[in-house]
Amino acid sequence: MMATLVTVLYIVAFGLFITGLMGLTGPKTAVRGNKIAALGMAVAVVATLLRVENNWPLIVVGLILGTAVGIPSARRVKMTAMPQMVALFNGVGGGAVALIAWSEFRTSGGFADTATYVAAASVFAALIGSVSFWGSLIAFGKLQEILPGRPIGFGKRQQPVNLLMLVAAVACAVLAGLGGASQAWMILLLVFAAVLGVMVVLPIGGADMPVVISLLNALTGLSAAAAGVALGNTAMIVAGMIVGASGSILTNQMALAMNRTVPAIVAGGFGGGGVLPGAG
Amino acid sequence: MDSGSLLANVAILVLAGFVGFAVISKVPNTLHTPLMSGTNAIHGIVLLGGLVVLGELRDPSVLDSVILVVAIAFGTINIVGGFLVTDRMLGMFKPRASRERAGEKGDA
Repeated sequence: MMATLVTVLYIVAFGLFITGLMGLTGPKTAVRGNKIAALGMAVAVVATLLRVENNWPLIVVGLILGTAVGIPSARRVKMTAMPQMVALFNGVGGGAVALIAWSEFRTSGGFADTATYVAAASVFAALIGSVSFWGSLIAFGKLQEILPGRPIGFGKRQQPVNLLMLVAAVACAVLAGLGGASQAWMILLLVFAAVLGVMVVLPIGGADMPVVISLLNALTGLSAAAAGVALGNTAMIVAGMIVGASGSILTNQMALAMNRTVPAIVAGGFGGGGVLPGAG
Repeated sequence: MDSGSLLANVAILVLAGFVGFAVISKVPNTLHTPLMSGTNAIHGIVLLGGLVVLGELRDPSVLDSVILVVAIAFGTINIVGGFLVTDRMLGMFKPRASRERAGEKGDA
């Protein structure tokens, strides 16, 4: 009975998300669209709370903590500082995905006894979530001018180093996913993915940063969808995948509006320059 | 979860992907940043993952509790902050001559 109610509320939430997003694409309907999407989120959260059986105090602490940090930081931020704030909010979302995947690994005592697809979706979520978290922090640091805005990196050696990090992270993901009970692989996965996120974003110049933030936003959406598959939660699958898909298109459109291509931006080192590298 | 519901979930995944593609066909340049911010708030749905995992866990260890409380707090920040920031950005569209002002913001 309760499960049915939760599902029905989730379906209501999907409708509100999609209506809200459609509103956000037009100048006249955007404000209302945002509110409709927020209402959808409220419905989804309340529906999920109906299913909570244990640990109410901890959950309430987490919710209050998040609200107490989120509202003032969103209210106080200057209009000119909006992009880095979005980066930061995107980052914590990715961080949440990574942490949830890690806790899943811990509570199931490794993935030995879980279905393969759950393990695969979890390690994917952990990898992308960690990349998104650390990449977003670097993007925030650059736009906030905590870090220098100019490209930082190893120049021509950047791509091989990034590739090495990706391979290392994927290797750890496979080892963790195959059911080793040792947490080391999971932690190493998060660490390598973190280094990868930092290394990919550091060489990108400040001017290209909004496109990068949009790309990381799409990635967080995908990782949320993966976490949803692992948990069998349809609301996470739908909302995460919608963001993953629409975020990818939006990233492409933003790059095109700047006369750039996404691969050229991610290849890095040319940020702010008008030269279009031959990467494709 | 049995494999039947896995297939159902994969179907939902694929369809949601197409919905995402379809919704964002053409967006005016001035709306790029607010739309990015709005979709950013929606992936705060990860909060549900934290709620589900912690809500089912019996007698979690201290480390598990800390990880999941931080995850829930992160997810809440993502949602609350994301929607509020989007609302503030879009607030700039309300007054007259909205196009010009929005154009300024788009460059920021």
